[in-house]
Amino acid sequence: MSMTNQAPPKSMRTPLGRVRSLGAAHTGTGDFWRQRLTGVAMTLLIIPAIWVVMMLVGRNQAGAAQILGSVPIALILLCFIVASTWHMKIGMQVIIEDYVHDEKLKLAAVMANQFFCAVVALTSIYALLKLSSGV
Amino acid sequence: MVEFALPKNSKVTTGKTWPVPPGASETREFKIYRWNPDDGKNPRIDTYFVDTNECGPMVLDGLIWIKNHIDPSLTFRRSCREGVCGSCAMNIDGQNTLACTRSMHDVKDGAVKVNPLPHQPVVKDLVPDLTNFYAQYASIEPWLKTSSPTPQKEWRQSHEDREKLDGLYECILCACCSTSCPSYWWNSERFLGPAALLQATRWVNDSRDEATGERLDNLEDPFRLYRCHTIMNCAKACPKGLNPSEAIAELKLKLVERQI
Repeated sequence: MSMTNQAPPKSMRTPLGRVRSLGAAHTGTGDFWRQRLTGVAMTLLIIPAIWVVMMLVGRNQAGAAQILGSVPIALILLCFIVASTWHMKIGMQVIIEDYVHDEKLKLAAVMANQFFCAVVALTSIYALLKLSSGV
Repeated sequence: MVEFALPKNSKVTTGKTWPVPPGASETREFKIYRWNPDDGKNPRIDTYFVDTNECGPMVLDGLIWIKNHIDPSLTFRRSCREGVCGSCAMNIDGQNTLACTRSMHDVKDGAVKVNPLPHQPVVKDLVPDLTNFYAQYASIEPWLKTSSPTPQKEWRQSHEDREKLDGLYECILCACCSTSCPSYWWNSERFLGPAALLQATRWVNDSRDEATGERLDNLEDPFRLYRCHTIMNCAKACPKGLNPSEAIAELKLKLVERQI
């Protein structure tokens, strides 16, 4: 909807000065590319990952450890964990940047997102390696 | 956080219903957004009845007829009345478009609802404040930048290279696309928006320009460029049939290309 009654300007900066602001960050292409890369990787990995999960259904820990002890299966899951958590991190960051405008809150949210995704990734990788190595 | 509700003083109220013009045999109902910065009141929707036998078929014709015959205080921009200047861009029946090229008959059911372009500060009635929009256009430096000595005649361009500007140079800067883009609504301070980015593509694609890399440098930013999530409202809204979304994808592709 239309907005009326513009708030009085808090700065006398020119419109062009406001648009140029701090200049271009010269970043963003990396995240853009990685989001597509992990998206394609997940498309390729989703069927094998579901297949592995289906094999694990109903098995006890020893049975699961036996299946995950297979190098190709462990690699499939490892790649899937890395691709999906990386994709999740970038996707969530995009949402935060879109909707959170308070700079301090945004910084905290971006940081929390990075921590959360790192914890999910590392925990999953640790669990997978533990099971597949049989330690 | 993003504000999803209108501020208290921007809530739209029901306005005046103007009487049907005497002697009119065929009328079309118009519901028009009105706001006056001088009276301190909230915006309102006024209802008018246009005598369709006395005015042209376009929505702009209806607005001009209302201004001339019913309410001279109704305020809107217009100039060329043939879809070239972009002045009469407004939201008609929920769609950003040009009032001069949108026929009243294209609005199928009920009243013709006319609002200013969304999510821009309003100067008065249907006139949005496009200061930020124009500054964003200026920020992409829309002129030929060269370092080579200026040739005695014109800067030459092959037919193939000229074709790369098709679908880009036709933009009339009406702001229909940018103001239809949700990403632009949420981040219009930092996201350049579809119109400025389409224009940026026009200069990045220009074979005569020698500042392509510098232009891409100035665009490579998570907010200036990468707020575009290919929602494609811009392409749907463009009254000239252009596709800013595709132009932005071209920019992204070029930025990836120079890294890989």
